[in-house]
Amino acid sequence: MSENATAEEIIICQDVCKWFGDFQALKDCSLRVKAREVVVIIGPSGSGKSTFIRCINRLEEHQAGDIIVDGIPLTRDVRNIEQIRSEAGMVFQQFNLFPHLTVLENITLAPIQVRKMKKEEAQETAMGLLNRVGIPEQADKYPGQLSGGQQQRVAIARSLAMSPKIMLFDEPTSALDPEMIKEVLDVMQELAESGMTMLVVTHEMGFAREVADRIVFMDGGEIMEVGTPEHFFTNAQHERTKLFLSQIL
Amino acid sequence: MTTAAGTPSDRSVLPATERYTVLGWLRRNLFSDLLNSLLTIVALAFVFFIARLLLRWAFVNAEWGVIPANFNLIMRGQYPAVEAWRLWLIIYLLGAVVGVMWRLISGQFSGAARVLIAIPFVLMLIPFFSMGTRLNLLITAVASGVGYAIAGYLPIQRRGRAAAYLLLAYLLVMLILLRGVGAEEGPMPPVQPILWGGLLLSLLLAFFGITLSFPLGVLLALGRQSKLPAIRVISVVYIEFIRGVPLISLLFMGQVMLQLFLPDGFPLVDRVLRALVAITLFSAAYTAENVRGGLQSISRGQYEAAQALGLSTYQSTMHIILPQALRAVIPVLVGQFISLFKDTTLVALVGIFDLLGIARTIIANPDWLGTQPEVFAFIAVLFWIFSYSMSYASRRIEQRLGVGER
Ligand SMILES: Nc1ncnc2c1ncn2[C@@H]1O[C@H](COP(=O)(O)OP(=O)(O)O)[C@@H](O)[C@H]1O
Ligand SMILES: [Mg+2]
Repeated sequence: MSENATAEEIIICQDVCKWFGDFQALKDCSLRVKAREVVVIIGPSGSGKSTFIRCINRLEEHQAGDIIVDGIPLTRDVRNIEQIRSEAGMVFQQFNLFPHLTVLENITLAPIQVRKMKKEEAQETAMGLLNRVGIPEQADKYPGQLSGGQQQRVAIARSLAMSPKIMLFDEPTSALDPEMIKEVLDVMQELAESGMTMLVVTHEMGFAREVADRIVFMDGGEIMEVGTPEHFFTNAQHERTKLFLSQIL
Repeated sequence: MTTAAGTPSDRSVLPATERYTVLGWLRRNLFSDLLNSLLTIVALAFVFFIARLLLRWAFVNAEWGVIPANFNLIMRGQYPAVEAWRLWLIIYLLGAVVGVMWRLISGQFSGAARVLIAIPFVLMLIPFFSMGTRLNLLITAVASGVGYAIAGYLPIQRRGRAAAYLLLAYLLVMLILLRGVGAEEGPMPPVQPILWGGLLLSLLLAFFGITLSFPLGVLLALGRQSKLPAIRVISVVYIEFIRGVPLISLLFMGQVMLQLFLPDGFPLVDRVLRALVAITLFSAAYTAENVRGGLQSISRGQYEAAQALGLSTYQSTMHIILPQALRAVIPVLVGQFISLFKDTTLVALVGIFDLLGIARTIIANPDWLGTQPEVFAFIAVLFWIFSYSMSYASRRIEQRLGVGER
């Protein structure tokens, strides 16, 4: 696999398979993502989208196929796993902020513990990131005191604090009230424009159309179709893709 | 007897004159209708009846002479009178440490510190305490104030860590003072633990039982969740075994069997230490189960977020999982520790003279025949003061940490 990988390709998934017991959640999924590329994954509920991106930072273990992230093959080797995790940030549907820590502590924890950064330096970086996501005034609050949209922006800042090369988003706006979706999408769009490599599971078709370089359609654990937004919205090939798009648009 | 008295809605419907008067309050809460009035009268009569019995006994019939006559015995058992200054020094230092800690980690600790600092004053109110004792208690309270004031000037960066070191240092000093060092004729001759007794011993057993069993219990709780089958099985077997036997049987086993498990030539362990080992092992199993409850309350998302950030299992346990799990179970843990404090009285049954053991020796003394009620009432009050302080302090800590607010 790695022999035909170009330096450009930062995520390589080749024939990835994953079973939960007898149930096969991923069937021979292959995808190559270039650095600075934004790939949006769409598909019906239960089609394996979450499972797929969670395999990339080993929150789920795949059982067959290869995953190579920034040249590091994902094996049982704990050092590889930890290295990949600190290079791939992840943003969850439910935010998963640490409720007992302030916003600032949420963001500085991993840089201090994992990267061994000095506390002052980590705090400075964190404040910079809070500025970037537009909520520097919330630094000393606890997550429970913030709105959903603010929490999700903190979660993005928390991931960015580890200076990841890749950001994985698993339905980052699905748990938000409609009026808060835009503030999070705006942050993500800014991130995409800054050149971050992003893999985004979302149902926000406006975001997909505008920001994505490529769209991946998954169904039943398989990657059915990959293409540019234009391809998808004008001449999708598969019947299932067309059906899905007609339902969601 | 309703509790809705203060709600704005029922305030607004009342005529202004009735809102804030005592009579108005009484009428609304105690005499709102016939049944309520009846209940109020019956309850008052009952309380009055009991209180009169108790007060008559306490002020007319009781022979309180037994308490001052045995005061030192009750407080410190056979600990030699000439060495008692060491105990007071320990208490002064404790006062100072509490004061310093209050300043260092005021965020989480101030409620608890206030309680600890109130204890000397509460104790001063107890009759039977000599002027000397009261003076010593006052010095303790002053030491707290001094500790608090001095700590304000210390240029300390990592306050939590400094507080932990201070506590460790204090424990060390306390043990040295208590146990003594050097020769028999030296300035601080050794005092064997078997001579420690009374309130001193009850507090020591509870304190060390709690502080030693807590980390062990947390480890067992984590062990029970471990991915490694061997560790999991050991933890489960340990917890279920200990929870299946009564403390008193562990205490007896500790007295007769501990020596069998220790390597040959190991110096004979003191009776009191053997009891402490049994208490610690016992309490750890319950701590483990309580902490497990807290661990289960933490969502999978927390583990995943920690993993996704690249935190190791150890880091995520120490910074994410345990802080939240322990916070969630503070009330249960404090409840457990209060029971442990009271359960230490079981050591009286294996020939150790804690508060209850001392009480039993006093009432067995022919000079003090028939003074059981006085002696037991007095030690009950002592237990109550410390137990209540613990539960009050825990409630304050809970409020500070906002348990249940999340
Ligand atoms: N931990 C698990 N155990 C068993 N089955 C699972 C687990 N996680 C996901 N699945 C199953 O795998 C399939 C894909 O799930 P998921 O990746 O969450 O779908 P999506 O994110 O596209 O909605 C679903 O059928 C789901 O029920
Ligand atoms: Mg999903």
